Amino acid sequence: MTPFRTILAKELRCFFVSPVFYVVGAVFLFISGLIAHLMTANAGQQAVRFLQIQNTYAQLNLNELVFRSLFYSLDFVLMFLLPILTMRLFAEERKLHTFELLLTSPVGINELISAKYISVLLIYLGLLSLTSLTPIVLSLYSSFHWNPILTGYVALALQGGLFLACGLLASATTENQVVAAFLSFGMILLIWLLGGLGSLLGDTTIGNILSYLSFSEHYDRLVRGLLEAKDIVYYVSGTVLMLFIAHRVVDSHRWS
Amino acid sequence: MITVQHVSKHYGRHTALDDVTFHVKQGEILAFLGPNGAGKTTTMRILTCFLPQSEGMAKVAGFDCLDEPIEVKRRIGYLPETPPLYPELTVDEYLTFVGRLKRLAPRTLALRKSHVIDQVGLSSVHHRVIGHLSRGYRQRVGLAQALIHDPPVLILDEPTVGLDPKQIIEIRGLIKSLAGSHTVILSTHILPEAMATCDRVVIIDRGRIVAEDSPDRLSSGLRQSEKMSLTVKQPGADWLERLRMLPGVLGVLPTAEPNTCTIDCQLGRDLRETLSQFVVSQGYGLLELTPLSLSLEEVFLQLTRREGETGTGEHHYRDAIGQSGQSEQRPA
Repeated sequence: MTPFRTILAKELRCFFVSPVFYVVGAVFLFISGLIAHLMTANAGQQAVRFLQIQNTYAQLNLNELVFRSLFYSLDFVLMFLLPILTMRLFAEERKLHTFELLLTSPVGINELISAKYISVLLIYLGLLSLTSLTPIVLSLYSSFHWNPILTGYVALALQGGLFLACGLLASATTENQVVAAFLSFGMILLIWLLGGLGSLLGDTTIGNILSYLSFSEHYDRLVRGLLEAKDIVYYVSGTVLMLFIAHRVVDSHRWS
Repeated sequence: MITVQHVSKHYGRHTALDDVTFHVKQGEILAFLGPNGAGKTTTMRILTCFLPQSEGMAKVAGFDCLDEPIEVKRRIGYLPETPPLYPELTVDEYLTFVGRLKRLAPRTLALRKSHVIDQVGLSSVHHRVIGHLSRGYRQRVGLAQALIHDPPVLILDEPTVGLDPKQIIEIRGLIKSLAGSHTVILSTHILPEAMATCDRVVIIDRGRIVAEDSPDRLSSGLRQSEKMSLTVKQPGADWLERLRMLPGVLGVLPTAEPNTCTIDCQLGRDLRETLSQFVVSQGYGLLELTPLSLSLEEVFLQLTRREGETGTGEHHYRDAIGQSGQSEQRPA
């Protein structure tokens, strides 16, 4: 077994024996189920209203009425919940002094970071896949386009991946898990708000740069069903950047 | 096996290690002795490639700690001050995890694991969760972790902290049994521990090596006089005065015990015969006459104190202890 797989297996095991994972998982699934239910119920009422006013079916579909708002709400839930999944990754190692064990074992920092990141990503994707129950059940009773749903899930996966990388970086900077959680929450919020600042500045160079740096416009396009390379490049490069900074942070403990 | 040459370590303005040089031969057990904050842990962290040195060169088994850290890490077992344990894993799972981290093959790992569990006395608790173990057992799990891949070099930072006296004796015995096949560096501030387990002692104080030798030679080298302890049955009225008059005797001090005194003799003169003849001829009734050797404790105090007095003139050994909290600044 390579050190990468050893650490990955141990991390996954630690998730499954920790109450934090079960609490986060339960809250995530409960809230996403509740939101899906509310959106679906709401869609019925809205449909009736639309028919009364405009007497047309053209705009009525579940993609618009249910799934788009479901994806936006889930994004918001992730902002709060994912920092709690990532907070222990490095902070706990430092608290337990096992950081010293890892760094004095013949293991590279690359392997260490990638194993930890992949473990939490797998956990997240597992939770995310459980929410696919909503479209599957709805598809039994109604018809809608699957493509925007799939790109929506791609958006959620990429978005979550970026949040997890932020969380991993935050966790590498401190030995206090609460501080790590708040730090990653702050980072995610900041990246989000860059978009607001960007749209405030309008169509200027700085405004466009800020809007590009924020995930909102990229997420928006994917949720609308537009699968473009530039958005995927944004998420992948953002995630890699965060992991790279985390690598430097872990390495810098040795040089302080 | 281990070569440290002119190694210094600075944290900002604070100098944790100042031009440290020493060598450890294969199969030797070396003790690092010093007050808290003297630089023992820093030295060990440099040797385990956890910290890079600011200056100088450190080599383990022929590999440079800066250039080939992975090769060095493969060859060392390290027990840090606080044993690095995952409380949610069982002892078995934990040792398997560490063994895999150290890249042991599955079959070797199973053999080594059962061997190490026996070696450090964990067989009664190996299926239990580490979080539920007592401090002594946790320390043993830490030691097992350092031994799991049978490394040629062992670096143990205060290996007997938190153990009860019986366990301390067991662990010391274990460390001694590793001599010959393994090269061991252990740090301690407990002097009898260094005496009991080690071939050689390096005394380190405020980042500098103040002495390096075998425990016996250290205590004999620093002796300024030979000391004897004398106990008699019925001493005369002025027996201490009369003893002091003998040739070669520098001083006589009564001790807390009745009819016992400590005699300072000139260095290199064995006065046992003269003293015993004198006591018998005076009819005091000789009960005991023992030469006293300087304990390592006294050597340690003398060295650290002497260093302080000839150095800045402000420091004193006790000051050094008092300041240890501040001087032990490590990176967070």
